[in-house]
Amino acid sequence: MTAPFLTAHCLTVARPGLFATIQDLGRFGHQELGMPVAGALDPIALRLANALVGNPQGTAGVEVALLGPALRVEAESVRVAAVGPMALSLEREGQAPTPLAANRTHRLRRGDLLVLGAVTGASVAYLAVAGGLAFEPFLGSLSTYVRAGVGPLGGKPLGQGARLPLVLGDAPEGAEVELPEPPDYATGPLRVVLGPQEDRFTEEAVETFLSSGFRVGKEADRMGLRLEGPALAHRGSADIPSDGLVTGSIQVPGSGQPILLLNDHQTAGGYAKIATVISADLPRAGRLRPGDALSFRAVTVEEAEAIRRRQEQALAGMIRRIRAVRPAGGIDLDALYTENLVSGVVDIVNGNADIPDLL
Amino acid sequence: MDAIRFTTVGDTAFNVEFGEGIDRPTNARVMALHARLKAARPPGLVETVPTFRSLMVVYDPLATGRRDMQAAVEAELSGLGTAAGTGALWRLPVCYDGELGPDLEEVSAALGLTAGALAERHAAGEYFVYMLGFMPGFGYMGDLAPELERPRRTEPRVRVPAGSVAMAGRLTTVYPWESPGGWHLIGRCPVPLYDATRPSPVLLAAGDRVRFEPVDRARFDALAAEAASGRFDPESLRAAP
Repeated sequence: MTAPFLTAHCLTVARPGLFATIQDLGRFGHQELGMPVAGALDPIALRLANALVGNPQGTAGVEVALLGPALRVEAESVRVAAVGPMALSLEREGQAPTPLAANRTHRLRRGDLLVLGAVTGASVAYLAVAGGLAFEPFLGSLSTYVRAGVGPLGGKPLGQGARLPLVLGDAPEGAEVELPEPPDYATGPLRVVLGPQEDRFTEEAVETFLSSGFRVGKEADRMGLRLEGPALAHRGSADIPSDGLVTGSIQVPGSGQPILLLNDHQTAGGYAKIATVISADLPRAGRLRPGDALSFRAVTVEEAEAIRRRQEQALAGMIRRIRAVRPAGGIDLDALYTENLVSGVVDIVNGNADIPDLL
Repeated sequence: MDAIRFTTVGDTAFNVEFGEGIDRPTNARVMALHARLKAARPPGLVETVPTFRSLMVVYDPLATGRRDMQAAVEAELSGLGTAAGTGALWRLPVCYDGELGPDLEEVSAALGLTAGALAERHAAGEYFVYMLGFMPGFGYMGDLAPELERPRRTEPRVRVPAGSVAMAGRLTTVYPWESPGGWHLIGRCPVPLYDATRPSPVLLAAGDRVRFEPVDRARFDALAAEAASGRFDPESLRAAP
């Protein structure tokens, strides 16, 4: 007898790529067990991909690092959207491979091969599937934490032959939609709030941290980024009684070289932490790759909260402006009527300040 | 009693610090606040993470803010006692053995003890689970008798086998996973402390107590085989209250 799971609609991994995992917005609520949060390194890209295909924003999708997998459609049809700097193409029987655009939806048919290519310009990109993936959540989440084998597919990256079961076996017909513009990630220093142990560093070290350039070293993965730059001196020992960590914590071991912790960070750690990247800048931090340059600027908690609220408004505005894909060369009447024609600063129709560079 | 201190963890969390050291009275206050906030669930609270001497309060900055969340926590601090020792008592089998615990000889020698005497003293203690961290289910347990204190290994191992029973400083643990590690390995526990098929995959909780029961190699192998076949019931490790 064939297990029902094996006959369900799915995407099957025809070629695994290098490191693709299933991620949602993280497994919160179990850090007291030592269970890391994990989740999407760039939550904005995942949320936008989900918005395009009509999913709740926190629906799990495929996070692709380096080089994506090739996925065979084993369902009547499926609607997908990729967000992030990733090449993608469609191989359909009897047709030459066709490049597909990111930042918009595509409806694929049974037998199609969706080839997710190289990720360039950032560490990760995302694929969302309309209706979502039909995996059983573990502790309330579909995020994958590879070190402990936690999450769908045995907590492993997508492997050859793996099946991603689909909630919807046949995507509804309908117009394809697109983002009006790709998300615009701000440049400039990553903003941090000093602490929780900035008093364990010399004044010069804090000054050096905020005024110097750093570079992401070779040791960079979902757990964290080792940064190269001037050594940051502690007052006394680098060790503290282990306390809690968050994504964005910047811990400094005895070597004085900081480590920026990302989503797979352990739940607690015993090195003094000089600062924490603000939540609005975590998607940027999650996109960093070895060799990338970065620097830091301090803000207050109140400033960080205000920045995050504005970012959410900008993201909501972007999602509201998702529109039907226009035929190439057509006149964009909808945009003429609804978008601000003066400077793009204020979206009059929606009554919201539009601050695109906050993403 | 030390003054309570709030330290800032970005715009999504803060620590409530009850002291500087690793000791039971300080940790009991951490656990008491953890329990209170779990019950009170102020709006916007995501979770609380208890550690040795502080509680990290994680919140959603879009649903609340630092000022409101700190006020909610301060309200719970008034009249805060210490957590009544409600944690479970576990009896974990350990085979103290030079093959399963490759640092047993070296650590005993450094402490001026025979391997047997070290095993006996390690198994004589009742240990308190101060916190979990490092890996899912990794318990930081104390306090080791002062005469057994050794600093961590200068060269951490790249691979510590799952189940390794280890000690460093005044703490002891069982590695739930194969992982890197810098503690001294003195034996091995044959039954898994992490099992994804259980409703709560992690056996130990912060606030629990642990006693180690020495088993010989034959018993170790039998228990390990039972665990591997899925027939071992970890509830059998729970000591009667």
